[in-house]
Amino acid sequence: MTKCLDPVILNLWHPIGAIAEAVPGGVQDTVLLEERLSFALNADGEPVVWRSRPDVQGPDRVPAADRLPARSTYGYVWTSLGSPPAELFPIPEYEEPDRRKLNAATFGVNVSAPRAIENFLDMGHFPYVHTDILGVEPHTEVKEYDVEISVDRDEILATRCRFFQPMASTASDGGADVDYVYRVPHPYCSVLYKSSPVDEARRDVIAVFLQPVDQEHVRAHMLLCVLDEDNEDKVIKRFQQTIFGQDKPILENQVPKRLPLDPRAETPIRADKSAIAYRRWLSQKGITYGVIPVAA
Amino acid sequence: MITLYDYELSGNCYKLRLLMSFLGIDYKTVPVDFYPGREHKSEWFLKLNPLGQLPVIEDDGLILRDAQAILVYLAARYDPSRSWYPLDNPALLGEVSQWLAFADGITSTSSAARLHDGLFYDFDIDAARAGAHRLFRILDEHLWFGEQQGRNWICSASHPTIADIACFPYIILSEEGGIPRQDYPAIRRWCDRVKRIKGFTVMSGVFPAGPGKIAA
Ligand SMILES: N[C@@H](CCC(=O)N[C@@H](CS)C(=O)NCC(=O)O)C(=O)O
Ligand SMILES: [Fe+2]
Repeated sequence: MTKCLDPVILNLWHPIGAIAEAVPGGVQDTVLLEERLSFALNADGEPVVWRSRPDVQGPDRVPAADRLPARSTYGYVWTSLGSPPAELFPIPEYEEPDRRKLNAATFGVNVSAPRAIENFLDMGHFPYVHTDILGVEPHTEVKEYDVEISVDRDEILATRCRFFQPMASTASDGGADVDYVYRVPHPYCSVLYKSSPVDEARRDVIAVFLQPVDQEHVRAHMLLCVLDEDNEDKVIKRFQQTIFGQDKPILENQVPKRLPLDPRAETPIRADKSAIAYRRWLSQKGITYGVIPVAA
Repeated sequence: MITLYDYELSGNCYKLRLLMSFLGIDYKTVPVDFYPGREHKSEWFLKLNPLGQLPVIEDDGLILRDAQAILVYLAARYDPSRSWYPLDNPALLGEVSQWLAFADGITSTSSAARLHDGLFYDFDIDAARAGAHRLFRILDEHLWFGEQQGRNWICSASHPTIADIACFPYIILSEEGGIPRQDYPAIRRWCDRVKRIKGFTVMSGVFPAGPGKIAA
């Protein structure tokens, strides 16, 4: 496979690892867009990212010219192989002091980033894949919801989504009708908001940030930003890992692995309203990496 | 009550959840943040198991590690039918032990491949996959010959044993380590039979048997 030539993707910020799992001074190696990268936190706790090379063993030895753009946002180290925008997409809820902010896990998945985003947006699989947690028969219907491509924010927004969930979160004490909002503010990142069982005026925030290793493999970083005063971190993480572990075989069995952007490529049942908007948005941006572009 | 030190995505922990579900035993779990927290290497956990591995159980003051050892203990103590661990049949017990050791080989190959791909463990992935294929080939032939003789399970009995439980998890999860099972039809049919045992329960990443007939 050739390395990434997609300028839109090259110029984005991409997540490469969780701050919570970084050992101060310790170097971690990873792969982004088929390039081997290393990263570490320096003495000030700031992330330093560089293209891996045997003669550079720590964050203080990296010549300034060899450093890649780096930022620490939402609990992860982000970098770019091109010229990234000044800001990353906003998640204002992340600043709310009473939220639990955790990296549920970073998992390697044999799937393209767009396929993983599309699965994240799809409520239809809840009763079958996340049985007795995020859905249960006979509550299988995906009710009508709204999708827009917000031009000023350059993101997809799906609102008025509702689903009956037996166990919506670790803080749930039974089944409930849960409201969802989905955002796709980055071609490989999505943020969902779901009714909080502990505060009906607020929503839990769960984000999936996909690090494209190559066109058919990702590292999926899962951010939790939830309201829960009772459960230990590991219990909250376990809940999300259980859900993701159920999705994993489904994701890894998608054929073809890259997401076809041609609206006629797959049946409308699989490509529902938000998926259609997502594919159109990727097409409009001219994205070619991780997708099968519409034939010219 | 039995306490299981547990990580949801661990196939070795799943072996014990499976047996306890088949036997209808109540137990409580203590979640261990195996990943990303590496809590199985923490000081408190190393006191329970100096090997720093899951699973561990505690029952009536007895602390026991190693999934296969725990299967033996639980079946010997809590299975009144004496079928899961056939204490009265020395030849069958020998066979069970043989396949329990084989199951540990599946852990060190198929599970290692899954840890490499999913959790970024620094293992030799080609060796892990090749090792798993070698064991799967041996088991597939064993099961195929068994089917010719009317035997449905790994050991020579008319009912499943803890050997079936010990081999099942990292076979059914093998695709997560890039180990497809299309070349092992007898293994696929056996997996389907395991899923149809009364009391079968899933773990994250394992799905129940589909409706209808035994898979081809
Ligand atoms: N022979 C042991 C192997 C257990 C094992 O490999 N456990 C894994 C989790 S599923 C573990 O804790 N690995 C950590 C390590 O080996 O350091 C058994 O069957 O219980
Ligand atoms: Fe899902």
